Amino acid sequence: MITLEHYLFLGAIIFTLGVLGIFLNKKNLIIILMSIELILLSVNINFIAFSAYINDISGQIFAMLTLTVAAAEAAIGLAILVVFFRNLGSIEVNKINQLKG
Amino acid sequence: MVLYSLTFYLFSSVAVLSALMVISAKNPVHSVLFLILSFVNASGLFVLLGAEFLAMILVVVYVGAVAVLFLFVVMMLDINFVKLREGFLQYLPFGALLGIVLVIELGILFLTDRSSNIYNNQIPLQPIVSELENTKMIGQILYTEYFYLFQICGIILLVAMIGSITLTLRDKGGVKRQNIDSQNTVDASTAIEKKKVKIGEGI
Repeated sequence: MITLEHYLFLGAIIFTLGVLGIFLNKKNLIIILMSIELILLSVNINFIAFSAYINDISGQIFAMLTLTVAAAEAAIGLAILVVFFRNLGSIEVNKINQLKG
Repeated sequence: MVLYSLTFYLFSSVAVLSALMVISAKNPVHSVLFLILSFVNASGLFVLLGAEFLAMILVVVYVGAVAVLFLFVVMMLDINFVKLREGFLQYLPFGALLGIVLVIELGILFLTDRSSNIYNNQIPLQPIVSELENTKMIGQILYTEYFYLFQICGIILLVAMIGSITLTLRDKGGVKRQNIDSQNTVDASTAIEKKKVKIGEGI
């Protein structure tokens, strides 16, 4: 029997893997963006699991909103990455210090 | 029901393993391909949950657009990926510790006694698959109750599109553009130049 907890636990594992990806690949901006996609995927799994088990379609609407935001974020993130690579010739995160923040 | 469980475990285990490969693959191209595998398996899970429309959207939007965009960027930029992997093992113990703590904490949250759950008598043991088609249900609620949300989604996408175009647009030198003002103010004294050319030579 697959209960709601199974899906929530799956979402938790994928979320953790996404966070772990950000920690382990501290230098590679592309992998960090992919890890963010994984995190958003786990959020979507949670939304849809709750939507199915509570029998409320609103969860799927919000999952769609997450999908939209994820697509926009990927587009902007990759555009910034391309500009960054064009200016510095590398995508190392620790070289992003021009703002001296 | 056994088939349902088996399918769930198949899809979820492949999704988790490919997510693991995304963050640990040496070659970023392989990472993107594993990301695609993870998304496809997640869409299989969505079908299991009765959300067919979102499953198809996930395949179309993520696999068809976002992942291919990642592939384009990874392949177009000439990046030294070996150098970028330095420090992977250095952060591994700390990262693994943090990951284990996080997943245990989240697990404790979900595995707590169901009797203490406020939703106890509301959450059934298996997903409810409604009689109405999933796409029809989403359409009925998306264009009525959540119409503003839908339009805000459109604005977000428009802003993202304009933003990424303006970020990556680059003025190349040597491109001839119209300058209406200077074109209109041209007269014979500035436009024509007299030169004496010697015989047998060019200008």
